[in-house]
Amino acid sequence: MSQKITIEPVTRVEGHGKVTIHLDDQGNVVRSRLHIVEFRGFERFVQGRPYWEAPVLVQRLCGICPVSHHLAAAKALDVIVGAGTGTGLSPTAEKVRRLMHYAQIFQSHALHFFHLASPDLLFGVDADPKIRNIVGVARLNKGLAVQGVMMRKFGQELIRITAGKKIHGTGAIPGGVNKNVSAAERDEFLKGEAPMNPDAMVLWAEEAVDFFKDYHRKNREFIDGFSEFPSNHLSLVRKDGAMDLYHGVLRAVDSEGKVILHDIDYQEYFNVIHEEVRSWSYMKFPYIAELGEQAGWYRVGPLARLNTCSFIPTPLAQKEFERFREVSGGKPNNRCLHTHYARLIELLHAAEVIRVLLNDPDLQGEELVRRGEKRHEGIGVIEAPRGTLFHHYRINDDDQIAMANLIVSTTHNNEPMNRAVNVVAKRMLTGRTEVTEPMLNAVEVAIRAYDPCLSCATHAMGQMPLEITLVRPDGTVVSRARSGGTA
Amino acid sequence: MEKKKTVVATASLAGCFGCHMSILDIDERILSLIDLVEFHRSPITDIKHFTEYCDIGIIEGSCCNSENVQVLREFRRHCRVLVSLGECAIMGGVPAMRNGIPVRECIEEAYLNGPSVKGHNPEMVLPNDPELPMLLDRVYPCHEIVKVDHFLPGCPPRADLIYDTLAALITGGELHLPYETVKYD
Ligand code: SF4
Repeated sequence: MSQKITIEPVTRVEGHGKVTIHLDDQGNVVRSRLHIVEFRGFERFVQGRPYWEAPVLVQRLCGICPVSHHLAAAKALDVIVGAGTGTGLSPTAEKVRRLMHYAQIFQSHALHFFHLASPDLLFGVDADPKIRNIVGVARLNKGLAVQGVMMRKFGQELIRITAGKKIHGTGAIPGGVNKNVSAAERDEFLKGEAPMNPDAMVLWAEEAVDFFKDYHRKNREFIDGFSEFPSNHLSLVRKDGAMDLYHGVLRAVDSEGKVILHDIDYQEYFNVIHEEVRSWSYMKFPYIAELGEQAGWYRVGPLARLNTCSFIPTPLAQKEFERFREVSGGKPNNRCLHTHYARLIELLHAAEVIRVLLNDPDLQGEELVRRGEKRHEGIGVIEAPRGTLFHHYRINDDDQIAMANLIVSTTHNNEPMNRAVNVVAKRMLTGRTEVTEPMLNAVEVAIRAYDPCLSCATHAMGQMPLEITLVRPDGTVVSRARSGGTA
Repeated sequence: MEKKKTVVATASLAGCFGCHMSILDIDERILSLIDLVEFHRSPITDIKHFTEYCDIGIIEGSCCNSENVQVLREFRRHCRVLVSLGECAIMGGVPAMRNGIPVRECIEEAYLNGPSVKGHNPEMVLPNDPELPMLLDRVYPCHEIVKVDHFLPGCPPRADLIYDTLAALITGGELHLPYETVKYD
């Protein structure tokens, strides 16, 4: 009899998902799928809300990288209030936002590496699940755990002074920001006692990169051979090709490094990127329109960004970038677990950018908001920790949102994650008579390398063909829920 | 012999994980907390099913599909004390903004009308696989489904509030709630 294996819920990723693997009679993997089982419906229910609510409302999609949504929405509204894209803001507004954003990249990458991924690296994917978590890390290597916790704290505190709150802040508003960073606030960090200052953070970030390189040297087979497949890569880059996580143009390269999207203005994204809907997941499958659904899928995130950009504009990260490029002979790197490597190089880059920004007197400037001629439509794109994030709004004459379209980082990685699961499932499970926990965890490791934020990805909703009765604790029926229906 | 630790389980239903992040925002205190607490089933561990009765269950998010309801009921069955953490768990939060809008409209907006799908989904495919849990007619706060013992407000509740509450629950001590720690945004 054919058999189906379900891994549910996928843990240590941020969000809600499950994997099904179908085996035939001989135990061969015939199909595997990562299902995104959550829904939200944001696109519809933000309609009718005043547009200026979007940056505070839509970030409630995701409490892991709320700053990304906060800023992508604000950038879209910059266009609507006539401030233009990117360079239209006052230097103070742009730099406060940049500081907020790089702080978030920093804390999120630290969180991912130390809290979510390091257990697999330290203990191995076949370790006892009871210790394979951050608590286990703290017991085995307290120093490493302390670093992880403090680096995240550093980023979160910076978000607090720029956004007003560590999670779901209010700092960015259409056309600018609602406060600057005072000299006293800045000094909390610049003159902070170690490790709470940017120099210490740069140092720790360098150590994290070294940790990975060392691990790689010792476990080359695992890291390099785990899952590799050719793909396209997409991200924003600065006009001159530099890595820029806050603003830029859209660039994509194929698995050999050939440029397939040439630095496109993202206000035109809907001409170059389309999405496919599949019945078994609430998450859509984006692709580069010109290449079609079969060939046009791509990866986003740290690995993709290091594959698309021409250089990194801070010295320490640039050095690591050059080494990273050497590993794959100057061509795009298509190895899943090298995403961890790329993420740590970005962690270092973020620390360097934060250090530069904190020393910039523009942070104390007084001009916070710029506005121009009002428009009815705007698009904001940003490089969130997990990859490119699109927010697109149209408003009506009463300043209400009439249309909202969101393509979040994890959605772009939908196809690559499914492919990675497939590669690993085939290797680990084919021909086995017994399925062990380590095998299943290996499948999850493949997913986790993408750092999927399933929370973000589930803003879209769908409908189910079932019926359920809801009963209160005392036994009364609350409701009978129906499937929405395509009939 | 080691003193038995307080066993804590956490879950994220229809929430954004911001409440879980706020738990992590207790920062270095987490390192001392793990001397007192053992995390059981939780998104930050690899434990997926209850294997023991837990002291404290912490729920983020509301119920928007059949699976959320099932997980919430399991938590009630396996936890002595159940805490609703944050606005979503307490009142439905932002996900509950869909209440009052027909489900079908939400689906069509996402999968048929959006600018990156419009005209590119000629067969009008919609997610409807049996592997996907069923959506409820509306979003329900947790206490409408099971009995909840404590409610921590905020979106998300502040890290200090979470830490103080956990400390009080673990030691059985009294919980002081200074005005500034309780926020409703
Ligand atoms: S209460 Fe706020 S922070 Fe918590 S899950 Fe809901 S939206 Fe996220």
